[in-house]
Amino acid sequence: MPVPTTVRSKKDEEDGVDQGDVWDEWAQGKALIKPPDQLELTDGELKEEFTKILTANNPHAPQNIARYSFKERSYKLISGVDQMAVHFVLEGTLIHVDSDEARRQRARQGQTEEAAAPEEVEEAEVVGEEERSDSVDSKMGKKEQKVTNQFNFSERASQTLNNPLRERSCQTEPPPRCNFSATANQWVIYDAYMEELQKQEKNKDKQKSSKREEDKSKKKQMITETQSDDITKVAKVVKIFERMVNQNTFDDVAQDFKYFEDASDEFREQEGTLLPLWKFQYDKAKRLSVTALCWNKNYQDLFAVGMGSYDFSKQGHGVLLLYTLKNSTCPEYIYPTSSGIMCLHIHDRLSHLVAVGFYDGCVAVYDLKAEEGGAAQPVYRSTAKAGKHTDPVWQVRWQNDDMDNNHNFYSVSSDGRVVSWTLIKNELVFSDVIKLSLEGALPECLEVVEQPSIACGTSFDFHQKIDFLFLVGTEEGKIHKCSKAYSSQFLETYQAHNMAVDAVKWNHFHPKVFMSCSSDWTVKIWDHTIRTPMFTFDLNSAVGDVAWSPYSSTVFAAVTTDGKVHVFDLSMNKYEAICQQSVVAKKRTKLTHIEFNPIHPIIIVGDDRGHVTCFKLSPNLRKKPKEKKGQELPKGPEVEEAKMEKLLSLLREPDYSSI
Amino acid sequence: MAETGEGKKEEADYKRLHSFPLIRHTDMAEEMRVETMELCVTACEKFATNNESAAKMIKESMDKKFGSSWHVVIGEGFGFEVTHEVKNLLYMFFGGSLAVCVWKCS
Repeated sequence: MPVPTTVRSKKDEEDGVDQGDVWDEWAQGKALIKPPDQLELTDGELKEEFTKILTANNPHAPQNIARYSFKERSYKLISGVDQMAVHFVLEGTLIHVDSDEARRQRARQGQTEEAAAPEEVEEAEVVGEEERSDSVDSKMGKKEQKVTNQFNFSERASQTLNNPLRERSCQTEPPPRCNFSATANQWVIYDAYMEELQKQEKNKDKQKSSKREEDKSKKKQMITETQSDDITKVAKVVKIFERMVNQNTFDDVAQDFKYFEDASDEFREQEGTLLPLWKFQYDKAKRLSVTALCWNKNYQDLFAVGMGSYDFSKQGHGVLLLYTLKNSTCPEYIYPTSSGIMCLHIHDRLSHLVAVGFYDGCVAVYDLKAEEGGAAQPVYRSTAKAGKHTDPVWQVRWQNDDMDNNHNFYSVSSDGRVVSWTLIKNELVFSDVIKLSLEGALPECLEVVEQPSIACGTSFDFHQKIDFLFLVGTEEGKIHKCSKAYSSQFLETYQAHNMAVDAVKWNHFHPKVFMSCSSDWTVKIWDHTIRTPMFTFDLNSAVGDVAWSPYSSTVFAAVTTDGKVHVFDLSMNKYEAICQQSVVAKKRTKLTHIEFNPIHPIIIVGDDRGHVTCFKLSPNLRKKPKEKKGQELPKGPEVEEAKMEKLLSLLREPDYSSI
Repeated sequence: MAETGEGKKEEADYKRLHSFPLIRHTDMAEEMRVETMELCVTACEKFATNNESAAKMIKESMDKKFGSSWHVVIGEGFGFEVTHEVKNLLYMFFGGSLAVCVWKCS
């Protein structure tokens, strides 16, 4: 920008130089210094006026610049020429506080001015804008400078409420520690290794002689075991306690057993009911079915249960259990067997002897008195050498002692033999009583060269009074009356059933009467002198077992595979059961066996799920003949016999007439 | 000469027979003990000539596996008395001449 200046009395000089002089003069105060080559002029010359006009045009700027315009494709004059000329530049001595230069200077001047600085600062700030350069200078020396707005600032502060502090701490228990110290050096290490090696060698030696050691240790174990198992001292007490507990638990059942009489029987003429009492089951024999039941004659609360299976495809182990009514939760005796039990019988007099017949054809005798150690094994057992049956043994029965006072029992099996077993010392001596054949053991058979086809015996019963007489039921449905005396001949053969005879039982009172049952759904009552049945009852299901009652000649009970118990009293109803009751919890449970208690009016019923249930007979099922006033009714077996006889005579008459 | 030969043979026998790890004292649980022992064996075999490295390896591995802070001493001869956390100490010999003590104390 051209600067208009006042006319000066100087010789023509360049504008810039003049100006510079002026500035210099100002800067250096008023001391005038004449340049040495200044012209000496006279006053006239000095007063002479030169008029100069200052224009804004730069005389040196070119007026005629032409440039090629690509747009119009021709040279063109450029009108706008730059007229500015710079004559003089002077950099200022002031610098801004925040600039780099200022910072550098501050750094250079350093701490020397630091001490003096603070006092000046306040003054400088107060002085204001005019003197700001001074204050800046003074500030420059300062090291720490608040860099607020340099011109105008105000400070504001506020504080929020501080939350009160709270201290909380806890400490866990440090993990337990302990001290350990040792010294390791070469000889200690060596000794340790040597010791270890010696031990290893000893072990090897031991293994070599281990056989001997094992034997010894076994013996020791045996001793320790017997010692540890020695709870026999408290066994009796424990047993009593167990029974007490059971008596408490099953108090209501026990009360029912003793006192409950079904009052509703009075209003029913000829019907009765069964009251369930205890239920016996043994967990380890769950899968097995009850194949035999027998009361102990000496101890009326004790009975034996044989467990096995009637299913040919599911044969396996068996178990012999003895329960008492005083403890329904657990068997009194447990004898596991390798083969399924099919039948058993407790000796009438020596009630500790139990004869057992197995599915594999063995017969065995268990002694309940035997000591615990050997109790799991029978005291007697038939072997293949000693006349063992080759088929399942279906029934065993103790007999009176023989002439040498040896105990003996009979067995019948599917192999067609009826065998007498005698207990001599520690042996079981056998003798075949009879061999069953299909033709009926007739003499003609023996002449035939062919092996006579055998009949399979499934059940038998011995006459109570006539010692030699017994009946054998067979799988073919025939019943043979046999004598112990003749091994080759039957006294009589009854065409009894169409299927296997499951049970055959002599009446307890009447010497001529026996009863049979079969899978052909029927129960038949016979007079052994007559070849046709006296009574036939169809029970609509296979009959598993029948039993005469011990208190009446006319009462008997049967169990069927549809889970029902049928109780008959012929003196009350000759055609139908007076009680017919389903007693199983689940459908399809088959009842297999039934037994009357010899004294108490109860029965036990076994099923194919291993349960044995005890029932009480209601008063109607054990009715005695009505007593007339003032008339003493005779009691005893004679009366019972007479009662049966009376019934039979009614039936016999037409029979005889027909014949 | 014969004697020295025998001596060498004995020494070799000793080295061979005594190469197995022998636990002198431990209160570790079965699983941990077996693992630690195997680790010590591995480390001592890996750094047969440098006990320091072996100890470092054991210590670092133990720290990783069972948490800090483990301490390991390996040497042919040393005595010590340490305080350790219960169930975390193993003192064993290895290779016929090395003693290894591993314990945890944080």
